Amino acid sequence: MLTAYVVLDGFDLGAGVIYLIVAKTSKERRTVLRAIGPVWDGNEVWLLAAGGTLYFAFPQLYASSFSGFYLPLMMVLWLLMLRAIGIEFRTHMENPVWQGFFDVIFSVASVLLAIFFGAALGNVIRGVPLGQDGYFFEPLWTNFKLSPHPGILDWYTVMAGGVALVTLTVHGALYVAIKTEDELSQRASAVAVMLWPVQFFLTGCSLVATYFIRPHVMDNYREHPFGLVVPVVVAGSLGVMIWAAPKGKEKLAFVGSSLYIAGMLAGAAFGLYPMVLPARTDPAYSLTIYNTAAGHHGLVVGITWWILGVVLALGYFFFIYRMFRGKVRLEGEGY
Amino acid sequence: MDSALLVHRLHFAFTVTFHYLFPQLTMGLAPLIVVLKTLGLRRNNETYNQAARFWARIFGINFVLGVVTGIPMEFQFGTNWSHFSRFAGGVIGQTLAMEGMFAFFLESAFLGLFLYGEKRLSPRAHWWSAVAVFLGSWLSGFFIIATDAWMQHPVGYERAADGSVQLRSFWELVLNPWAWWQYAHNMSGAAITGAFVMASVGAFYLLLGKYLEHGRIFVKVGVVAGCVFSILQLFPTGDGQGRMIAHNQPVTLAAMEALFAGREGAPLVIIGQPNVDERKIDNPLIVPKALSFLTYRRWAAEVQGLDAFPPERWPQNIALLYYSYHIMVGLGTIFIAIMVVSVLLLWCGRLFGARWMLWLLLLSMPFPYIANTAGWMTAELGRQPWLVYGLMLTKDGYSRTVSAGNGMFTLLGFMGMYTALGILFLFLMRREIEHGPVAERPAVH
Repeated sequence: MLTAYVVLDGFDLGAGVIYLIVAKTSKERRTVLRAIGPVWDGNEVWLLAAGGTLYFAFPQLYASSFSGFYLPLMMVLWLLMLRAIGIEFRTHMENPVWQGFFDVIFSVASVLLAIFFGAALGNVIRGVPLGQDGYFFEPLWTNFKLSPHPGILDWYTVMAGGVALVTLTVHGALYVAIKTEDELSQRASAVAVMLWPVQFFLTGCSLVATYFIRPHVMDNYREHPFGLVVPVVVAGSLGVMIWAAPKGKEKLAFVGSSLYIAGMLAGAAFGLYPMVLPARTDPAYSLTIYNTAAGHHGLVVGITWWILGVVLALGYFFFIYRMFRGKVRLEGEGY
Repeated sequence: MDSALLVHRLHFAFTVTFHYLFPQLTMGLAPLIVVLKTLGLRRNNETYNQAARFWARIFGINFVLGVVTGIPMEFQFGTNWSHFSRFAGGVIGQTLAMEGMFAFFLESAFLGLFLYGEKRLSPRAHWWSAVAVFLGSWLSGFFIIATDAWMQHPVGYERAADGSVQLRSFWELVLNPWAWWQYAHNMSGAAITGAFVMASVGAFYLLLGKYLEHGRIFVKVGVVAGCVFSILQLFPTGDGQGRMIAHNQPVTLAAMEALFAGREGAPLVIIGQPNVDERKIDNPLIVPKALSFLTYRRWAAEVQGLDAFPPERWPQNIALLYYSYHIMVGLGTIFIAIMVVSVLLLWCGRLFGARWMLWLLLLSMPFPYIANTAGWMTAELGRQPWLVYGLMLTKDGYSRTVSAGNGMFTLLGFMGMYTALGILFLFLMRREIEHGPVAERPAVH
């Protein structure tokens, strides 16, 4: 669920990040917005649905993590709103001065969101100062070290934010390259090609750092070697991106990028399992899927309608993306 | 009152009040857009299609604002009310998640299709996408109401070993009788907002002397729908909801009416200021015995007053609860009068020439919003001091790890952000109405 959100909203976030760089003229900027126009708020619905799923299946985890990550979550909400304000005002203002202003709002909010999402994942992997009652509260930052009382931001989570930013930028650039034409498309794909070495390097760094911070992540891989499929997928999809992007095969590269994101998230989840929110204080306080799950009957009922719901949702999305397939041109249908 | 508790309550109250300004219009417009599309298809008349497109654009703006202000609502269950979530998440997580999975996906996907896909779809397929948007938005309303109804009247749960509540019966949860009355009453309220807004914009065009053909359609559809739903709002839905409260939350009913002392043949207070300290109503204007009749269908029936309950179980803010309830009912009565007169004029063929009535329709636009907000305040203030009625007190539900200072920081942040969103919204709406229903949009999106 969360992965679907990251892969889907990821590309419109990424499109926001490269927006100021690749789209120079007002017309080009309109084209980029047009490419994400029919889908961006639908993609945000995945965030809402993922939150809801977390809520019914793991109420304790939802309660604990949302109150603990209070400040960054609220800022994520504000950034999501700023993005919406940026997009909406931008498309409905004729005045070029204000268009420029809202372009910057849209782009900056997209950059910060990408970093925040990465930092959030970093926090989950690093662990949080959970108390005996299963609650914690993190300030935004303390001293940027991995102390027993860490803030949301320390060197590790900032690095995770960097990985997320670069990854989503490449992801968004590939999407824009697919959906547009000519110079704009070429510039977007140039960004993707230029950034992949950075992505490669940062991915490597973050994996090494993760190993030092949480050596236990390797245990699951040792005990259940089938989990090694995940790193293979990550490496393979990076390879595909590197091979396909310079050759102008953006669609293939986009698939690679999607798989890469899904692989990284799955890898983190697999490494932590059965923990879902590790404690930095006493490992015994860690939240696991067992001590946070809802009652048995609720889970059984939930999974039944949940599968039905996902099938329906995927159906709609498949249909919509099919309807709007192809390159975006400015002339044509209204609204 | 504990200051952190107060901050968290204000936080939720402020954000949810602002949020609900948008869904009430989208849920109200959705069926009216289906009506316009149906008339367009039947009569093969392009004006109706233009009208539907115009309202779909208004819908789109409201939908986007509903989404960006709605995500904070779901988040706040975890961020500001984590002890409540831990306690009740196993039950209400079901309905909240179902809203996302079934209703929200449906609505957002088909809204995109409806707005951007008209030229790629056949007219019939485009009609179906309007129906899907309608279904999605009304389903969405149901799941949210079912969640609130469970907090008002918990059913289908069992206590787990750790003290939390867990789902026992899914069907009891979604078939909660409270939920169905509340849903009917709430959706009818949303439809009133949609109808008044449509009639108001139509009246504006007619008074302006522009887009006359569209203006007449808006006024016609608006007043007919407004008349039907204003009456449904009173009976049976308002009546049913009221008796649900009388039966399950008698103390709430007493506080809504500011009936300090219980009695047989209780009067209905029309206007008057509750004086809680002295346990009386100042300057009352009453209808004798009416409360007894409305509640129990007998003029002499005994209605329990606040004196029948210990003061610590009274809703804390009786004055505000009383005013919310009376504003809702008072406005609802005025809506019926306005809409019935409009429909009579329409029937005689005199409505479009009656400038005074068009002015009245134009200026009435804000009042359904006030009535809907007052209605929700009645429901939520009336539930106090409980967060989940009879199971968890509000003071036990907020996040104790989030201090008053942090809560205040984000509350102020939301106030600033929502001011910006409010300006954006007014700007976009004004532009849409100025642009009119005929012009094809030149800009992107």
